[in-house]
Amino acid sequence: MRIEARTEISKTMIYAAPIIAVVLTMIAGLALFEIMGRNPVDALYTFFVEPVSSLDGLAELGVKATPLILIAIGLSFGFRANVWNIGAEGQLTIGALAGSTLALAYFNVDSPLLLPGMIFVSALGGMAWAAIPAFLKTRFNANEILTSLMLTYVGLLILSLLIHGPMKDPDGMNFPESRMFHDAALLPNLVEGTRLHIGFLIVIGVVATAWVILGRHIIGFQIRVIGMAPRAASFAGFSQDKIVWLSFMVAGAAAGVAGIFEVAGPLGQVVPVISPGYGFTAIIVAFVGRLHPVGIFFAGLVMALSYLGGENAQIEMNMPNAVIGVFQGMLLFFLLGCDVLIKYRLRFM
Amino acid sequence: MEASDVLISAALTIITAATPLAFAALGELVVEKAGVLNLGVEGMMIVGAVMAFATGVTTGSAVLAILVGAISGALISVVFGFLVLVMMSNQVATGLALTIFGLGLSALVGHSFVGMTFAGLPNLNIPIVSEIPVVGPIIFGQDGMVYLSIIMAVAISWFLTRSRAGLILRAVGESHDAAHAIGYSVIRIRFVAILFGGAMAGLGGAYLSLVYTPLWVENMTAGRGWISLALVVFAAWRPWRAFFGAYLFGGITIVQLHIQGFGLAIPSQLLSMLPYLVTIVVLVFISRGSVRQRLSAPGSLGESFYAAS
Repeated sequence: MRIEARTEISKTMIYAAPIIAVVLTMIAGLALFEIMGRNPVDALYTFFVEPVSSLDGLAELGVKATPLILIAIGLSFGFRANVWNIGAEGQLTIGALAGSTLALAYFNVDSPLLLPGMIFVSALGGMAWAAIPAFLKTRFNANEILTSLMLTYVGLLILSLLIHGPMKDPDGMNFPESRMFHDAALLPNLVEGTRLHIGFLIVIGVVATAWVILGRHIIGFQIRVIGMAPRAASFAGFSQDKIVWLSFMVAGAAAGVAGIFEVAGPLGQVVPVISPGYGFTAIIVAFVGRLHPVGIFFAGLVMALSYLGGENAQIEMNMPNAVIGVFQGMLLFFLLGCDVLIKYRLRFM
Repeated sequence: MEASDVLISAALTIITAATPLAFAALGELVVEKAGVLNLGVEGMMIVGAVMAFATGVTTGSAVLAILVGAISGALISVVFGFLVLVMMSNQVATGLALTIFGLGLSALVGHSFVGMTFAGLPNLNIPIVSEIPVVGPIIFGQDGMVYLSIIMAVAISWFLTRSRAGLILRAVGESHDAAHAIGYSVIRIRFVAILFGGAMAGLGGAYLSLVYTPLWVENMTAGRGWISLALVVFAAWRPWRAFFGAYLFGGITIVQLHIQGFGLAIPSQLLSMLPYLVTIVVLVFISRGSVRQRLSAPGSLGESFYAAS
């Protein structure tokens, strides 16, 4: 087998590669379940079909997809310009804490302004946390991959610090949990009787906005040029620093809002673990979605399914929760492997 | 406890905390010298940790456990090597995938080993000299892995600067097109470097689960793989600086633990932030002189290589 450069990139493969990758992941999943001594077909059914075969399941899919899509959209701005923010988990955490502080400070105020205020403050919190690696990158040229990741660990420790201290519910028997948010601080439900909240609608709006900005606006054009041809971009006078800042601010705001959506949505209070790794999984979502808003929307749904499937498999088949991470890692591996087909063709001879 | 005892115990724990970082950073340094940026150190480390621990607990053999740790680190790096070298995938994204996959896989494998403990490695008390007060136990009373990490630092330093093979490896890292034009197999050399880096990360992980803790906990590497990556930058790609950097960070980890032990009124979370914050500060300090930074980094670092002819 030889790998041969194509004269021009394959448009078909750009869209086919994620689908091939999903199929290959399923096949590898069958092998994985076989190794673990489970019936592979049953396991695959438990993992990928059963969770979404009810209205409640579909609503849960939306609940899980909401933060993933939101964060991945934010990250895609930077990834297109080769700005590698991998600290979304930390930005989510700090954003959630900022918004929750507002909610807990006004825990007895019943105002329609409270929820919008929380979302706004969360966006600011996420942006503030993202501003640190952006500043260190533009001012001191410090590698943003490492700084943003280190700040994630710091952010999670801040959460631990606050939830064991000032944010602890005064009437909560010393459990590391905050007060339950009251109704004015909770996201309204979208479908009665499920946990699907209004955040999902906001996410759809964000997808549309990002599509316009990245596809139709000069900012989106600059981002793409800087990513594909940095030298051409500097000749054209596009500021690299400006794009670094923009990328981190968009991602920070998105992750911060995703954080408050979790706390004011399915959780309803601040708990020691706000996100089961959404900030990291969103990186995979961004890539599987081809860094394109519409692609990210569907990739977010697929990845949300892996969370639901993992939980279902844990309950029904007593399978360790870690299977989720293995599946997500495999999917990204297969996708990156398939991506070679965009620029190169395989020759069998 | 006498002052000398405190000193000895502090020095011993610093060595234990530094050794995993030293292994992982030295391995990654060789990989980067060959022009490949492998961000999957965290993933390879944790896979090494769980495999070594599982082997140690089931067979009781420390030597076998260490070997399995190294081999499993190398095996998982094959996936990375295949994707970035043969399939020419983006090195940053592939490294991240390796970390996510490794964390998941290790949790899956380690599921049934939670709560078990391992006896640790025997110390090689070298006769007579290890009896010397203070310096004796610190220098001559360590376990074999500590000495192995020092031997690796010496060997890698010699290999990169004094051997012909090391020169070729550096050439591949500086300019893969030039190296290819002279007739060196860029892909093969990089693959070997990646395997070596994987084995070293695996050794670092093995040391964590066999000696440092010594038990298996999910996500037990806690960012040490990433700190090792920062150490390579900190060291400006020089082996001895990476080695001593590991001891600097080992020192910070231990100082932090000791302060917690004294029961000062500082919340433990604030102290636990210290290693991460120091990493950031060090990175900023080192990266400031961007020109020097660029000169010491391998020329082809992170770029895919495609042999057009």
